[in-house]
Amino acid sequence: MDILSLFIVAPIITVAALLFAKNLKQSRVISLIGSLVQFAMAINLIFAYLAERATGNTAIMVFTKSAVWFKSLNIRYDVGADGITVFMIVLASIVVLAGVFISWKIKDLPKEFFISLIVLATGVYGFFISLDLFLLFLFFEVAVIPMYLLIGIWGSGPKEKSAMKLTIMLMGASALLLVGILGLYFYSSPDGAYTFNILEIAKVNIPAQVQHYLFPVVFIGFAVIGALFPFHTWSPSGHASAPTAVSMLHAGVLMKLGGYGVFRVAMYLLPIGAMEWSWFFIILSVIGVVYGALAAIKQTDLKYINAYSSVSHLGLVLFALLMLNKTSWNGAILQSLSHGFMTALFFALIGMIYERSHTRDVRELGGLLKVIPFISVIYVIAGLASLGLPGFSGFVAEMTIFVGAFQNVDMFHRVATILGVTVIVITAVYILRAVGMMLMGPVKKEEYYNFPKATWYEKTGIFLLLIPIIIIGTTPLWISDIIMDSIKPFIERML
Amino acid sequence: MNFSYTLFIPLIPLFVFLFLGILHTKLKPKLAGTIGVLGLSTSTLLSYYTAYKYFFEVGKVDGVYQTFIGAKTTWINFTELLHIDMGVLLDPISIMMLVVVSTISLMVHIYSLGYMKGEAGFNRYYAFLSLFTFSMYGLVIATNIFQMYIFWELVGVSSFLLIGYYYDKPSAVAAAKKAFIVTRFADLGFLIGILILSYYAGTFDFQILNNPQGAIISNGIGASFMGLSVITWALILMFVGGAGKSAMFPLHIWLPDAMEGPTPVSALIHAATMVVAGVYLVARMFPLYYFIDGGFVLQIVAYVGAFTSLFAAIIACTQNDIKRVLAFSTMSQIGYMMLALGVSGYDGHEGLGYMASMFHLFTHAMFKALLFLGAGSVIHAVHSNLMKDMGGLRKYMPITNITFFIAALSISGFPFTSGFFSKDEILSAAFENSKLIYFVGLFVAGLTAFYMFRIYFSIFWGKEKTYKHTPHESPLSMTIPLILLAILSIAPGYIHFSDFISADRGGFEAHLNYPLAITAVVTGLIGILVAYVFYKKENNIPEKVSKTFGAIYTWTYHKFYIDELYLFVTKKIIFNIVSASFAWFDKKVIDDSMIGIGDATINSSEKIKKLQSGKFQDYATWFILGAIALVLYFLYKN
Amino acid sequence: MISGISIYHILTLTTILFFIGIYGFITRKNLIAILISIELILNASVVNFVIFNTYLYPDMLQGVFFSIFIIAIAAAESALAVSIIVSFYRMLASVDVKDTETLKY
Repeated sequence: MDILSLFIVAPIITVAALLFAKNLKQSRVISLIGSLVQFAMAINLIFAYLAERATGNTAIMVFTKSAVWFKSLNIRYDVGADGITVFMIVLASIVVLAGVFISWKIKDLPKEFFISLIVLATGVYGFFISLDLFLLFLFFEVAVIPMYLLIGIWGSGPKEKSAMKLTIMLMGASALLLVGILGLYFYSSPDGAYTFNILEIAKVNIPAQVQHYLFPVVFIGFAVIGALFPFHTWSPSGHASAPTAVSMLHAGVLMKLGGYGVFRVAMYLLPIGAMEWSWFFIILSVIGVVYGALAAIKQTDLKYINAYSSVSHLGLVLFALLMLNKTSWNGAILQSLSHGFMTALFFALIGMIYERSHTRDVRELGGLLKVIPFISVIYVIAGLASLGLPGFSGFVAEMTIFVGAFQNVDMFHRVATILGVTVIVITAVYILRAVGMMLMGPVKKEEYYNFPKATWYEKTGIFLLLIPIIIIGTTPLWISDIIMDSIKPFIERML
Repeated sequence: MNFSYTLFIPLIPLFVFLFLGILHTKLKPKLAGTIGVLGLSTSTLLSYYTAYKYFFEVGKVDGVYQTFIGAKTTWINFTELLHIDMGVLLDPISIMMLVVVSTISLMVHIYSLGYMKGEAGFNRYYAFLSLFTFSMYGLVIATNIFQMYIFWELVGVSSFLLIGYYYDKPSAVAAAKKAFIVTRFADLGFLIGILILSYYAGTFDFQILNNPQGAIISNGIGASFMGLSVITWALILMFVGGAGKSAMFPLHIWLPDAMEGPTPVSALIHAATMVVAGVYLVARMFPLYYFIDGGFVLQIVAYVGAFTSLFAAIIACTQNDIKRVLAFSTMSQIGYMMLALGVSGYDGHEGLGYMASMFHLFTHAMFKALLFLGAGSVIHAVHSNLMKDMGGLRKYMPITNITFFIAALSISGFPFTSGFFSKDEILSAAFENSKLIYFVGLFVAGLTAFYMFRIYFSIFWGKEKTYKHTPHESPLSMTIPLILLAILSIAPGYIHFSDFISADRGGFEAHLNYPLAITAVVTGLIGILVAYVFYKKENNIPEKVSKTFGAIYTWTYHKFYIDELYLFVTKKIIFNIVSASFAWFDKKVIDDSMIGIGDATINSSEKIKKLQSGKFQDYATWFILGAIALVLYFLYKN
Repeated sequence: MISGISIYHILTLTTILFFIGIYGFITRKNLIAILISIELILNASVVNFVIFNTYLYPDMLQGVFFSIFIIAIAAAESALAVSIIVSFYRMLASVDVKDTETLKY
């Protein structure tokens, strides 16, 4: 079994084992073992990747594996990885592992919950390693569908409605995406030997006229899950209703599929379309960046604050991708990673606070630093990371994006960049507002003194997410070098 | 000479921070304090050693002070040209700053052992102090503009954490937030300035940027925007960043509120070190500021500095909280430094303003820290910040009294104190450049003397108040730093600063300009005299005077309502109008339109559903009508 | 070939018959009546088959054969329909067409 296919097999085995679990204890132990294995594999993958590159393998994708799956349409099981994929997989595995820890005490239907969670993870892994567009689409759906169940069954508040809204919007996007993928398929070869393989399609120059129509279709298809303004509206209510671990996975990993897909499919296969359309989507993404941040200022529900902050941060990812140079692309990938860890950490912490106080309204909370110091201190750290403090991943990513975006000389890009940069102030405002209201100040209610301290599994989950943030933030060079290396083929396509 | 050991100067506080931060619940306060002080002592010794080596042994080559890179490593690559390095840059001003930061920080560390004793978050406090010191070191030794920005943000956050030290006090939380957000807003300018500068210059590196013979300065950059070279814009924007950190008008509003933090913190961060970062930034980039567009931006720097120094000095005269008086005084003095930089030239004696600014930075750090620590000692004794609760304290607190008196003399520019010398250099630099600025400076000198002795007399003389607990002199850990700083408020005046620090690094001979010096001293003495008359004994002159000024007094007392203006803009406009309307727009327009699409689907399906009545006769009717229609269509098609 | 009667007369008759059937099918409320209407439609078409065969292709028999098929199938169909109606009647004590809507649920 090759190293990448294991990422699909391992979760499937975990799910199969989970079917035999009888209670909460068994199911969480099985999921823990399963996700630990995935985590170990992901870490191993970094080293394997570095070793592979060190041997002088300069192929675009390494660890490739190919098998015919559906011959008449030339659908194949093609997998492969480059540096970006490797980091995305690491992100996913860490968030899944942390998610299992955070759901340690889940009450209803634990077995089914963990099964859905791991199925979702399978979809995510599969999406990242797919080189075949059809396979990619398949895994995309596999990742999205369990979300409906996870929110609809284990959620809170108006969960059915939120789940429905989320699923329908994402399905609508999938429909667009399918059109786009089929379009790519039918232009993948001049002589009728159509293929879904990304690397093969990249060798063909799709006519500019076709790219002009296909790019927005594929872009929007992916960008909806990446919370592109004005298609972000599934995200706040979806996050607010989802259970903690699901919010983490969703914001942390699933929303990254959007940016990754845009980059891997829309940008890579349709470079001319990207250049033609970039101005339009830059406007949308800059609006998203500033708008998300401004909308977050006024929210009172912690999860809403974080959801809008995600809109803003992921807007920055799309913005950076559309800036079409390698520095900003590097920044986009770093921002995806950084936001993945940060937002997962945020949602984990919000879940812990909610569990204790049974409210997410910042106006009702207060003085938490006194009563649950550990969780609160980490919340402050996560907040500082989110507002782009040096030493944490957010800073590295944002600065790379801004420097990259500034390399475009014309006035339009400059103005867009400067508007995007203002987000560092607005972010500070909404983060500090939440921190000030919720964590600082006098303790609001007497019963807050009875809050239990953070448990070992909560701490483990927190540290799992915090450590990568600090690693990216303090030693970004090796990560950005690996990413930069993997961006080269994209640059060549674009020029 | 290998300066790589200088890497440990910032790293030691970093390790102390990490150690105390991670173990802060487990350590005994005494141990944490000791670790903090010991760690910083080591850094301080290293800084002093570096200063000695640099200034007296290896620094000067062919009469010009060289720049050394103690250590350097690439931190991240952006493009082929742009990459952030982390390193140690040693040149006269960075070493001088190392000495200032080390000295003040060490004094504050020692002082806090007594001042913060018994506080609940003692370990946390020391961890944050170490974090701040680390960041400040990183800022001053930055080898490139981006490294400086990184540490610039870090000092900002340490300041946030330390202002919000009493986090259960709403006013402290508000002040911390305000300080962070206002400076962050200014940093936005700084960041955009960096982006512009680095794009056109193709580097972040100070050595390349600042080289007077380098391509950027000698050739300039072709691109211009609205009549000014893009580099000029970049420098203006970077000055905005500096103005935010250094509390220049109109970004000064955070500094008075920052006094909510513990007093030693105010002494360290908000008087001596962090707030002068803006001055340091301009000094660091001085060749660019001076040569690009004929020093256009320096003009702005000079006028902003002069205005702020006047503005803040006027407000300081009316405040009743002693820490706030000191805060405004700090703003005023930093305005002085900016002003000096603004009027400075480059070559030899022309660069008097540059040197004077750095000199004043040095002396101001010492006496202002002393003033704050003295004020802290008083506050410690009477448990209040307000002047009305104090009076006649000289009997109870002799050491505090004498040291505070020395500091007050020094800031007032009394002869033979260090403040006298540095202020004189600034005034003569201003005199040579612009008479207007000179007279503003002179007037401010008089005001400074007045407000400083106003608080001095009110605290230590005047009518004795009734105290709940009899005030007593502070413990040794607090008085020793006071005494040391008192010495440092006088002694540095006799250092020939111009030998070590000058704009072109060559050094020059600076002399006292006697006519100007005498004028300044007389002005200062008048200020002191007025304060003596007003406040030495309890009387009603101040009230009368404030009544005569009436509206102006009220305006000044309310700091010209600038806070209220900001509050109006942020709370009313940004929060309630912009942000709320965005939130509303999102909920009502975007979200509802998406929901609307869903509802429309449901509604139309409700409509279509009626066709599916389940009555086969209906279906048959439709079928037959359809068939007939088709037949008719084909019949009459042609 | 019937003398004095042209194909048009017969076709007019069957068309009338057919539309009577259609009309009955759509408007009757009684299931039995609807079944009878269907029989009318079928008979109209059976007659058509025979007539077309006789008038247009007198030497062939396919139309006649087909009409016999239709008659047989119609018989089977009405047997089936009547049995459904009877069981429906047993269930609901009605042969009204609007009561059949209950089968939807």
